[in-house]
Amino acid sequence: MVTRSAPSRLTAQKRARRAARGGASRSVPAPLLAPALIAVAFLLLPLAGLLIRAPWGHMAAALSGTDATQALTLSLWTASVSTGVSLVIGVPLAWVLALVTLPLVLPPVVGGVALLLAFSRVGLVGRYLDYWFGLTIPFTPLAVIMAETFVAMPFLIITVEGALRSADQGYEEAAATLGAKRMTVFRRVTVPLIAPSLGAGAVLCWARALGEFGATITFAGSFPGQTETMPIAVYYALETDPNAAIALSLVLLLVSVLVLVSLRDHWLRGGSVS
Amino acid sequence: MTGTGSDGLVVDAEVRRGEFTLTVALAARSGQVVGLLGPNGAGKSTLLSAVAGLTPVSSGRITLEGEVMDDADAGTFVEASERPVGFVFQNYRLFPYLTVAENVAFSPRARGMGKRAARAAAGYWLDRLGLAGLADRKPGQLSGGQAQRVALARALAGQPALLLLDEPLSALDAGTRLDVQAELKRHLADFTGPCLLVTHDPLEALVLADQLIVLESGRIVQEGSPAQVARQPATDYVAKLVGLNLYYGQADGSRVTLTAGGSFVVPDQGQHGEVLAAVRPSAIVVSTRRPDSGSARNTWPAKVTGLTLLSDRVRLDLDGQPPALVDVTPAAVAELSLSPGSQVWLSVKATELEVYTRGAQLHQPIITSPAPAGDGEPGSPGVQR
Repeated sequence: MVTRSAPSRLTAQKRARRAARGGASRSVPAPLLAPALIAVAFLLLPLAGLLIRAPWGHMAAALSGTDATQALTLSLWTASVSTGVSLVIGVPLAWVLALVTLPLVLPPVVGGVALLLAFSRVGLVGRYLDYWFGLTIPFTPLAVIMAETFVAMPFLIITVEGALRSADQGYEEAAATLGAKRMTVFRRVTVPLIAPSLGAGAVLCWARALGEFGATITFAGSFPGQTETMPIAVYYALETDPNAAIALSLVLLLVSVLVLVSLRDHWLRGGSVS
Repeated sequence: MTGTGSDGLVVDAEVRRGEFTLTVALAARSGQVVGLLGPNGAGKSTLLSAVAGLTPVSSGRITLEGEVMDDADAGTFVEASERPVGFVFQNYRLFPYLTVAENVAFSPRARGMGKRAARAAAGYWLDRLGLAGLADRKPGQLSGGQAQRVALARALAGQPALLLLDEPLSALDAGTRLDVQAELKRHLADFTGPCLLVTHDPLEALVLADQLIVLESGRIVQEGSPAQVARQPATDYVAKLVGLNLYYGQADGSRVTLTAGGSFVVPDQGQHGEVLAAVRPSAIVVSTRRPDSGSARNTWPAKVTGLTLLSDRVRLDLDGQPPALVDVTPAAVAELSLSPGSQVWLSVKATELEVYTRGAQLHQPIITSPAPAGDGEPGSPGVQR
């Protein structure tokens, strides 16, 4: 005879919830709970530590001694520009081909070294930029943007590429029979269809660019107001003034959370179009 | 009459897709609705796809209003976006992120009309198809019948010279299908160009089409008027669709020797050689004792192998020489106490047998090589009607 466990208790509330969602019980299987809890603890404990150790009483004082505003401003606008650049050149790339995601697995510092080798004043390309146009890229905000783009763009590319691959070609065919040429089809059918993924990819890209450290410090250095982004400011503050580092980290955390929360409803929900 | 190639759609082409080859020669005149009937995988959708320019032909050519759309030999190909073709897809493929009005305005916009003019054009078609009240809805908020009309409006708004409909009613439930079908028939009557309508529903084909083409395994197996196809099916598939018994045999005057066994006495029309004989399931009489066989009556023994209730009658599946499907009343089933395994006698009057040759159903095959035919005009593949 088949063994059966005793019927479980199902309150009216739980019944209603399950009926609304449909299907059988979707609660987490017990054996998965332990590792899941460890992972949650690992992810949350550092944040908790940050909140507990924060110099709540003299926050203003802790921030004032640093270049917080400067660093934050720099971080915000460079991350935004690099997301913009990724959108402009990354989406067509995802469309044309589905690779060049190497920076995704490349350590950011290596990316910084690679950028330096290519664009420094004696680099492969940088030499000519300097010679012909007198343009020096390293250790400028432009270098920050390039470093952030290099590291963050692949996140946008893989999101968009996945969406393009799974998009229903039927709509593009329909558009063609309605007289739409290739570019019109892309603009008026393909892009709207993948818009949710495009948004999600842009947010992911922006968040990654905002937190970029390794490639930036290698390729762009850390001149306050020029190339010292928030993560770099946090890093240096930690050596000289731990309280300031914590305060800066909190600001960065706040910005990230704000962005994700504000965009969540628009972009990240299911990716359905209706 | 020989197709002149200057009027309507003329297809004389082959489309190869992996192992599958579609070979088709057909013509559709302006104002004519040609129904493409066939089982799944017969190549109906491939044919529409080729005509719309979504799939290039492998050999042969497609012309519309005398203009070459696709010519494999000459290497000419008009892109889908440049063809004056309206396509209503099986699941409509309405853009989910656009409103009904924007969907209908899509084609005028894409074909270069200004925003305001396109909106006006869309408004005209929405009015015409009774959709004005739904202009601001999204496709997700439409019923099946409404979505079907929006798809038709969207296709017509591009002012196509040719309309293609791929199973336009298959996504609808049975309740709304008849209404939408009647409506579609009205709108198709208003359309002045040729129209190709793919379906696997024989009733839909009989109601909507002026001319039927039956495709099986990538080939045309029969074409003719709906009445003709329904009366003289050329293949088992068509016979099953229209609900007839179909027998293949050799005729010799008034006697036809059947391939499936047995023979029939038929009215002598001087037939000799290979013929087809069709008979309605209700024309065959079932009895438990051997009936008196007159000279004009065929009788043979058979065994009941299955019974199916079809609304007001029962369809018997009978094994004999030849086998047959026979319709009787439920009362007759009770009176004769029929059940699987029952031995019965079947009889059918010679005059109930429709005897014809297969060649009459199918036009002479048209070779895709540019062999001059009919009046020999270069654009004419010489389709005989």
